Amino acid sequence: MLDQAYSRRQFLGLAGGLASIVGLGLVGCGGAGASDAADTGSAAVAESVSGEVTYDGASSFQALVEAAAEKFMDANPDVSVSGSGNGSGKGLTAVAAGTVTIGNSDVFAETKLEADQVKNLVDHEVAVVGMGPVVSKNVKVDDLSLEQLKGIFSGQITNWKEVGGDDAKIVVLNRKAGSGTRATFEAAVFGDEAVDFKGDAELDKSGDVQTQMGSTDNAISYLDFSHFDDSKFNAIKVEGVEPKSKNVTDDSFKIWATEHMYCSKDADEATKAFLEFMLSDDVQGKLVEEQGFIPVSAMKVVKDASGKVSAK
Amino acid sequence: MAKQLPKRDLENVGLGVTGACVALVTLVVAALIFMVAQKGLSAFVKDGVSVVEFFTGTKWDLANTAENGLPYTGALPLIVTSFAVMVLSTLIALPIAIGSAIFAVEISPKFGSKVFQPLIELLTGIPSVVFGLIGFHVVVGLMKSVFHVSTGLGILPGAIVLAVMILPTMTTLSVDGLRAVPDGYRQGSLALGYTRWQTIWHVVLKSAMPSLMTAVILGMTRAFGETLAVRMVIGGIEAMPTSLLSPASTITTTLTTSMAVYAEGSAQDDVLWALGLLLMGMSLIFILIIHLIGRKGAKARG
Repeated sequence: MLDQAYSRRQFLGLAGGLASIVGLGLVGCGGAGASDAADTGSAAVAESVSGEVTYDGASSFQALVEAAAEKFMDANPDVSVSGSGNGSGKGLTAVAAGTVTIGNSDVFAETKLEADQVKNLVDHEVAVVGMGPVVSKNVKVDDLSLEQLKGIFSGQITNWKEVGGDDAKIVVLNRKAGSGTRATFEAAVFGDEAVDFKGDAELDKSGDVQTQMGSTDNAISYLDFSHFDDSKFNAIKVEGVEPKSKNVTDDSFKIWATEHMYCSKDADEATKAFLEFMLSDDVQGKLVEEQGFIPVSAMKVVKDASGKVSAK
Repeated sequence: MAKQLPKRDLENVGLGVTGACVALVTLVVAALIFMVAQKGLSAFVKDGVSVVEFFTGTKWDLANTAENGLPYTGALPLIVTSFAVMVLSTLIALPIAIGSAIFAVEISPKFGSKVFQPLIELLTGIPSVVFGLIGFHVVVGLMKSVFHVSTGLGILPGAIVLAVMILPTMTTLSVDGLRAVPDGYRQGSLALGYTRWQTIWHVVLKSAMPSLMTAVILGMTRAFGETLAVRMVIGGIEAMPTSLLSPASTITTTLTTSMAVYAEGSAQDDVLWALGLLLMGMSLIFILIIHLIGRKGAKARG
């Protein structure tokens, strides 16, 4: 009985092995055929690569990276792309230390890392995101200057009547210190000045800001464009300019950031292929806008590491 | 049946396996304490953060640096907030826990063991993030409408959410404590002419005191260490709380929100480890207290 069972198992194993080999061969053929078709079609992915791509960093455009990773893995089944959004700082130190292959960041690596660490990294600018101040529904103010925003978010202006609104205390909802949205907002409003004001709350996520803004009166906060929600709060103008993507492209709306994906200079094929895919038309022409971002190609200006804006 | 080992060998195998388990646990605990202590102490030794400043300073700001090149590391607001939340939540939960335990053990034991206890155990299994969600959407809104405050975030909503979370731990332990009181005590008391209320108050609660204290301390430990649910309703401002409804931040919430921001080995990162060390020290003290109470209780009962 035992012997028989053993031989049966052996037979099954052999058959299974054969079947899987045949199956793999077929898949291989199919894959080759598909990529041939792709080559003649849109030339999206040249040849199939394999390997493991890992990323960490900014949570602000993690959704974009995830969506792109899904598509990339559909086209390249032998590649796995995975990662998390632990903040720009973590992403940059992780890619510099080699614990992940891609570091996502809202800010230039130069601002967080030492010069000799930056030297070994390659920057890929994958998208631009606009961010703007939002106020509660009951606030009548619909336009603030950068100077006024500076006053509010440094605690010098504490009443809405000082900026043309009703006589009510301003409730400042901030984001946590590691937030890329906060870093971008403060860079645009404060420049190099250190900010030493915490406000009435420091929230973890953009979603939390949405919820709190929806239920709090006299509040002000800031969000990226994709998190705007007219039913809960109002996005207001800055220096008279509407927070719209087209105003970001020519820098007439001042609060925006470039989303960076850094890899090391000697990155493996899979990582390079994925980053190429991020910059390809599949992502730039479609996914970026679907996710509420602005494609880099649409920008008429560029921002360098020190925050200086110049025409392209 | 496989061929059996000689009895002596079997003994040795058993000794080896169980011994290895103990050794592993000991190793893990020792390594953990060593790592947290080493990292935490390096904030004071390597980076030169002042211990006095850490425990008494009231300005916590890792993003900005003071003139001496170090971030502001006054952890007193965090420590105060942690204790405030812990004490307040215990004050809310304790009467409810003991009250329901008395009902479930002394007044209606059948209902207690058939309905009430499974219900309470169910509450234990709910993940803390669910409590946090409810807190964020319900308790915070309640605070706003009751107290007419702007954000509704702060110590009070944190304590309310925590009270619900530690309630099952405290209730279960109180129930066990009351059950452990020998029936002879109750019968003797009733025979002497005490009413049921007098029996409960003077005899049962008194002799169950050590177990009730353990329940309180364990509840407090949980409240002290809980992070996620508190983080969602406390407001996250690392400043000395001025009222129960001003946003604040506990040790644990600051740890989780700041951990991912700073590079490993930086002064900021080391200071966060120091917070971890502080938390570990606190739980050590709690455990010591529980042991002391247990020993005292054992002595009192003979």
